[in-house]
Amino acid sequence: MNSVVMPNELGTTDYQTELIAGKSIIQARDVDVFYGDKQALFGMELDIYENSVTSLIGPSGCGKSTLLRCFNRMNDVISTCRVTGSIELDSQDIHAPEVDVVALRQKVGMVFQKPNPFPKSIYDNIAYGPRIHNMTPSKVELDEVVEKSLKRAGLWEEAKDRLDKPGTGLSGGQQQRLCIARAIAVEPKVILMDEPCSALDPIATAKIEELIDELRQRFTIIIVTHSMQQAARISQHTAFFHMGYLVEFGETGDIFSAPKDERTQNYITGRIG
Amino acid sequence: MTDNINILIASSNAKRQSAERSFRVYGIFAIILSLSFLFIMIGSIGLRGATAFKQSFVQIEMEIPSDKIDADNIKRARFGKLLKAALRDSFPDLKSRKEKKQLYKLISSNAEYSIRDQVLQSPEIIGTKAKFWVRASSDVDMYLKGYIDTNIPEDQRRISDLQLSWIGKFQDAGQIESRFNTRFFLGGDSREPEQAGILGAVIGSALSLLVCFLIAFPLGVFAAVYLEEFAPKGKLSRVIEININNLAAVPSIVFGLLGLAIFLNFFNLPRSTPLVGGMVLALMTLPTIIIASRAALRAVPPSIRQAAIGLGASKVQTTFHHVIPLAMPGMLTGSIIGMAQALGETAPLLMIGMVAFIVDVPQGITDAATALPVQIFLWADSPERGFLEKTSAAILVLLVFLIVMNLVAIILRRRLEKRW
Repeated sequence: MNSVVMPNELGTTDYQTELIAGKSIIQARDVDVFYGDKQALFGMELDIYENSVTSLIGPSGCGKSTLLRCFNRMNDVISTCRVTGSIELDSQDIHAPEVDVVALRQKVGMVFQKPNPFPKSIYDNIAYGPRIHNMTPSKVELDEVVEKSLKRAGLWEEAKDRLDKPGTGLSGGQQQRLCIARAIAVEPKVILMDEPCSALDPIATAKIEELIDELRQRFTIIIVTHSMQQAARISQHTAFFHMGYLVEFGETGDIFSAPKDERTQNYITGRIG
Repeated sequence: MTDNINILIASSNAKRQSAERSFRVYGIFAIILSLSFLFIMIGSIGLRGATAFKQSFVQIEMEIPSDKIDADNIKRARFGKLLKAALRDSFPDLKSRKEKKQLYKLISSNAEYSIRDQVLQSPEIIGTKAKFWVRASSDVDMYLKGYIDTNIPEDQRRISDLQLSWIGKFQDAGQIESRFNTRFFLGGDSREPEQAGILGAVIGSALSLLVCFLIAFPLGVFAAVYLEEFAPKGKLSRVIEININNLAAVPSIVFGLLGLAIFLNFFNLPRSTPLVGGMVLALMTLPTIIIASRAALRAVPPSIRQAAIGLGASKVQTTFHHVIPLAMPGMLTGSIIGMAQALGETAPLLMIGMVAFIVDVPQGITDAATALPVQIFLWADSPERGFLEKTSAAILVLLVFLIVMNLVAIILRRRLEKRW
């Protein structure tokens, strides 16, 4: 059996050079992540391509969310968490001392598992990001940004008459689209989505998936998902993780139709995970 | 076999149900018992205190002679003499000094000043014969309220048979009236029960609480915010947390001694003042506010913090734009409950001298003052029968303030609380 090959010896870059065309916007090289003494990610090597959707899949605890949170340094908040290796965004190491984490998070937005609008009005939810980054000096410009963001998130028609109503009063799916609108209001380059549909019903999920596909034109999207069907439907690239190692990375069609690694095969056919 | 098991299950079910029933009965019994204690307590205080809101007044008809009162200098006139003369005129058959003294004791010793004030207000009555309503003395008031038993021997009671006969005559002539005791609410303390009021103590308490809030709320909230949101979680922060919890349980008199040693003896701040009282109460309330504020901060869902940080808000922005506004209702409620606790606190105030007898209503935080619970303590300590009802009435006032503060806390929480 050739699957005795240790995962870190697999050399994911082989697949990439072979299969993937397009401009890479994020390069992760030799990334290790530790929570205290426990290592959660081992020697991660991964490229994220511009204007595409990359889905990170794998069983629970495999490190996919940990990696996602590395891209906007959300792990900084956890005091025991330590990240080594290099992650470059636009050829700039995001851990370099001159990089301001606030500016980084403006470039790399995030949408969370559970919709988490601020308990403020819909307008203030969207306007918060532009305000703290001082992107819109005038009220007129801010109004425009709010309208544009809501339109891009497909929420304008539902929300335009109730902009001053609390965002928490929307339905779950609407709240999640509000969170997406909030994330894109600061004009990020990359949007990270951590299981954005896991708390939603199938209809709301379908809407979000449709939205993700539209947003791909403008933004680079990295999505963590537990649904392999979802990964297959919406993403162009897929990375499969197992026990803290990146097992396989490639174009989504190839991963699902012709996985090279036995563990990938077992996972997508439902035998592990 | 299965029959056996069914019987076992049935018997265990019966046991379980009876256990649940009896537990419910214990619970109801405990609640009834505690409610009845509360009812008895408030009922007895209410019954005793209710009469303090009324005060007996005696009508005296009195000559205001223009030759003895200078209309330009009314204050210098000797109303006491005139009043005594008027009293003697009502009962002309008195001879001995002893009898006259008894007669003067029917009305409050401060009555002459209330007549003076009435004359000052309407000087046109000078030169006429006018009728004045003056406070009855506390003994007469107590008798009229039914607190003095006339069946016991004369030499063992505060009111003699002769005085009783005069009171009877006043009553027959309609010269005795029970009125609402405004002075109780609008006056300062007095040695005479019929003159004593709680305004001084209420203002003293209010000023102390104001100082306490202005010091303890910002300090407590910022300490809680730092500990909860910014401080590295380690051994040191755990030690601090344990110590804050311990401080909340320190007997309040210890804070009083600390205030005495530091604020009065070291910093030489003015003794007996709401300023120092408020500072001592702030020391005492601080741990309560910190604990309540930390709990309120912890109740803010982490998803809100993540949302703000994910958008690029800094730690301080996240805390001040989102976390503190969401935690504010809880912080305010905790603080108000802490302040209510401080309002009822006596021991630390005794230590810093707020137990002094002070007649004047304090005008500012550096005026000598007393506080409501200390006033209750002082009155409860007084031997006069008249202070008994005053004590109960002051307790009622204190309870009303406490209930109002707790209601405000509940309303604030309902009003400000946001759902997510």
